[in-house]
Amino acid sequence: MKKEFEVISKIIENNKRVLDVGCGDGTLMEYLKNNQQNDVRGLEPQKTLTQKCISKGLSVIEGDAEKDLPQFPKKSFDYVVLSQTLQAFLNPEKVLDQLLRIGKQTIVSIPNFGYWKVRLHLLFKGTMPITKNLPNEWYNTPNLHMCTIKDFVNYCNKKNIRIDKSMCLTNEKISEITKKNMLYKNIFSELGIFLIE
Amino acid sequence: MNTEIKNIKKIIVNQALELDCGQIIKNFPVAYETYGTLNKNKDNAILAFHALTGDQFCTNINPITKREGWWTFAVGPEKAIDTNKYFVICANVLGGCMGSYGPKEINPETNKLFGTTFPVITIRDMVRAQKYLLDYLGIKKLLSLVGGSMGGMQVLQFAALYPDLSHSAVPIACSASHSAQNIALNELGRQAIMADPNWKKENSSPDKGLAVARMAAHITYLSKKGLQEKFGRKLQDEGSLKFSFDADFQIESYLRYQGATFVDRFDANSYLYITRAMDYFDLEKQFKGNLSLAFKNNKSKFCVISFSSDWLYPTIENKEIVIALNTCGANVGFVEINSDKGHDSFLLNVPEFLKTISEFISSTYNEIKK
Repeated sequence: MKKEFEVISKIIENNKRVLDVGCGDGTLMEYLKNNQQNDVRGLEPQKTLTQKCISKGLSVIEGDAEKDLPQFPKKSFDYVVLSQTLQAFLNPEKVLDQLLRIGKQTIVSIPNFGYWKVRLHLLFKGTMPITKNLPNEWYNTPNLHMCTIKDFVNYCNKKNIRIDKSMCLTNEKISEITKKNMLYKNIFSELGIFLIE
Repeated sequence: MNTEIKNIKKIIVNQALELDCGQIIKNFPVAYETYGTLNKNKDNAILAFHALTGDQFCTNINPITKREGWWTFAVGPEKAIDTNKYFVICANVLGGCMGSYGPKEINPETNKLFGTTFPVITIRDMVRAQKYLLDYLGIKKLLSLVGGSMGGMQVLQFAALYPDLSHSAVPIACSASHSAQNIALNELGRQAIMADPNWKKENSSPDKGLAVARMAAHITYLSKKGLQEKFGRKLQDEGSLKFSFDADFQIESYLRYQGATFVDRFDANSYLYITRAMDYFDLEKQFKGNLSLAFKNNKSKFCVISFSSDWLYPTIENKEIVIALNTCGANVGFVEINSDKGHDSFLLNVPEFLKTISEFISSTYNEIKK
């Protein structure tokens, strides 16, 4: 399991209800179900991945977060997880509102556009950055709304969204983001992981 | 239909059942078939519900019609619903014509065929009747409920009536309440039967009307693309148009064949009664306009399946069920299977579909075995 999922699963307490939005092949769900006795559900836009999850006995619904989240009742999950997909929505703001409505707490991870390699790529090459976390060209990327760790924190502050935890990942290493190290982390982290409500 | 139905399994229910129409029935037969072996713990039983024109013989050769069972692709040894592993039960619905209490049976009070004096039955009546069969077989909790089309409606109704009687439920290509379009299509079939001068005549059956009803219905089971690819404008006889009303096109002759073979195996009055039951099905109304109340406190695992080219029970109607299940926090998975075979996809060899039900049921079985 990738490091990011390790971080996310550590944030999630045992025996809680979790909705994984964009759950992919269900790796995180499976881990949470088997190791932390979490009651897990998933939402996944791709048919083949949904089928894979159902085959594993995971309750996953084929659907699009931008259309299908409103059907879930208010605060019906202890945690809602959104891993590295916020930037791919047409309207990330609306999706985030839905996540916060459905979950008592929400875990969001974002690829950090402020990462130094991204910055240098644009600065020196003068073309849209391509990195490990952002492997696509500008014309075929699913990422429509890239943001930096700082952008996300600013957004939360502006919208009165409480940040309970903020972590970052660099070279598979986990560390905490604080007010003091924010500038530094915004340059040296590949990924930001936030627990918000 | 004039086939003699003998030597089939049936129970006679001697308890009184009050039908939704208010009539009370007693000592009525429920015909059924089983496949595979019930294990010692009695925890490997799956109840399969048939659709409008199906019967209890879901797989192998139907001993009455001598044709293959309606779910031969899905049910059998080493198939998606593996009868080496599971015990599959399938009952003929009330109103059916394969040995269960239906219009083709003799009314013991008058010693005459019921015909149209048979009471109007509902999906809920059908499901209640099948519960007696489970009691008779000594099954306290099913591994799964499965069914497509009207079979899927019975899955939903069963789950709503008996929330604790199954570990899982697989409603396929169905709807929680029959749409106006589907009621209209059923009415078309019924009117075709009733317009046949042989309808209600003693010792004759409205074969022409029933055949037309079947032809019309059969079109609704396929997709436009599927029809076009299979038949296009292909002619029956190589060569040219005959400038008559004979079956010039292959699709015409195909439909005529479907109609003609159907009347040999199905009773016209059963067709009227069962389509009526489908039209009356409205689970949402049963729960005062809130479908999710139908599944409140239901701990079963649901797997809702629809097909991309099904326009009779389209994905959007299947998703209504998913939404209702989600609203009450039920355990639900959903997938739309890509297929251009239309509504009929659930009866055909659609590998992705068969794989999904197979793995869903086997994962449920493994979980309860833990």
